Amino acid sequence: MLTPEEWEAVRLSLAVALRSVLFGLPPAVLVAWLLARGRFPGRALLDALVHLPLVMPPVVVGWLLLVTFGLRGPVGGLLDGLFGIRLVFTTAGASLATAVMSFPLIVRAVRLSLDAVDPGLEAAARSLGAGPLDRFATVTLPLIAPGILSGAITGFAAGLGEFGAVITFASNIPGETQTLPLAIYSATQTPGGEAVAARLAAVSFTLAIAGLLLADLAGRRLSVLLGRPPR
Amino acid sequence: MLELALRHRFPGPGGFLLDADFASPTPGVTAVFGPSGCGKSTLLQAVAGLLRPDAGRVALDGEVLLDTAAGIAVPAEKRRCGVVFQDARLFPHLSVRTNLLYGLRRSPRGLPGPGLEEVVDLLGIAPLLPRRPAALSGGERQRVALGRALLSRPRLLLLDEPLAALDAPRRAEVLPYLARVRDRFRLPMLLVTHALDEVDRLADHLVLMEAGRVLAAGTVEALSARTDLPLLAGRRDAGVVLACAVLDHDAARGLTRLGFPGGELRVPLRDEPVGTALRVRVRARDVSVATEEPRGLSVQNALPAELEAIEPAAPHEAMLRLRVGGAVLLARVTGDAVARLGLRPGVKVWALVKSVAFAGTPNPPAAG
Repeated sequence: MLTPEEWEAVRLSLAVALRSVLFGLPPAVLVAWLLARGRFPGRALLDALVHLPLVMPPVVVGWLLLVTFGLRGPVGGLLDGLFGIRLVFTTAGASLATAVMSFPLIVRAVRLSLDAVDPGLEAAARSLGAGPLDRFATVTLPLIAPGILSGAITGFAAGLGEFGAVITFASNIPGETQTLPLAIYSATQTPGGEAVAARLAAVSFTLAIAGLLLADLAGRRLSVLLGRPPR
Repeated sequence: MLELALRHRFPGPGGFLLDADFASPTPGVTAVFGPSGCGKSTLLQAVAGLLRPDAGRVALDGEVLLDTAAGIAVPAEKRRCGVVFQDARLFPHLSVRTNLLYGLRRSPRGLPGPGLEEVVDLLGIAPLLPRRPAALSGGERQRVALGRALLSRPRLLLLDEPLAALDAPRRAEVLPYLARVRDRFRLPMLLVTHALDEVDRLADHLVLMEAGRVLAAGTVEALSARTDLPLLAGRRDAGVVLACAVLDHDAARGLTRLGFPGGELRVPLRDEPVGTALRVRVRARDVSVATEEPRGLSVQNALPAELEAIEPAAPHEAMLRLRVGGAVLLARVTGDAVARLGLRPGVKVWALVKSVAFAGTPNPPAAG
């Protein structure tokens, strides 16, 4: 059905998307919480910053990453000098670019569920002796679990298809950074590659649909588990 | 003693100033009574530590929970104020049992207090333990919320209109449990409410609030006899609350005799044993007066009284203050009756009490 090279692109896409979600999720939950509950100067600015990748051309995001995390960039140079970590043209770099692009999607999903949590429940936990972390872990977190899960799955599904930022920051190296959309792009640029492109596009389509259905199902299951009627 | 002095301004349109100051004895139930929006819930939030007032001081039995002048503000999670909210606020993802244990597990070790079983028995919630809050009725939710607060080893129980969200049958279901909790645990309780029957039923001490200020504070009995408080005297069910004791029963005639500091009342047969303390509300509209000893009346209670004062009430109505021994009764009569009978302070009259409302058993007298 698929050639080994094509399987490699699928596997790489899954690995990159998975990593981007694993590393992106904790900061996304934190930022969502800050945006939903925090009252601090610069909140609007943080909100705008988080949403930038949604509205900017992905190429620009990739270029900004290149400037920042490139070997001569301020952060990239430091990472290379101190730890020998190179992000440009690596799978890790592709994951970073993907994580940045899907970050706003995850933040939005988590924040929506946070807004649906009655702050009165947190106040009740407070009056029962629960400190800030305790309240978050035992009341807030379980109640936003559906949002976190659907955010993660949406982020994962979107991450499978990230193109512009990845190709700009991590380039298009087969087996290293050539994810599904990059492989499809390469195929369309190759004479006689239409069949390959079609097969990979079909895989991409299937993964996206499966991801979205899974997100919905998981959200419902979790809502029932948490004692709320599914919407 | 619960001492409380708070100042808090809500800015913006519709903003208002809360400026309340009172002290009430502990243990005992203090009711903060007033119309919606008078600031009584804000006051409770500030005591719980869930709202930081602009300035104020809250102290319970000498222990300072908040003193903005001294820079003291014990965080809510360390205040040990159990709160029962109007909307219960049970954690929807936890079973009733886990909800009940939430506060207990976080309470400081070594504090005395009731265990899960005792509270579950008292509130009759044993069958609910494995359920989720979504599967409970409104009344059941409030009982569980009450149990959860009780189990957190509170030094003060704060009840924020605990029955306001319930329909009449559910209220009637939960109210006795509040009374049981009050009688079983000698906890200081602060009850915020706009329902007078809850005050009559539960409270020893009453704080009247209006537009962010305390109008009056005192025992329920004392405030109920005041005619200068429209919040109480202007109500249809205005009337005095009397602390009574069951003197005897006359089963043959179907009557029970109640004694109060100024005399006796005959009421339809009660089932409380002789000696039981009972609190009754004698509504002003259920009391009429006669200038001569009445004869041939179906009314059971005609008490000799002295007219102390005549206060104008609604148009063409007057509120009479009647001294009956050591007690005061209020009677609402028409202005015409006042003129016709030549009523003026100092005259001897007969107070005819048509009926009394039973408010329940008062708190057993506090030590000291």
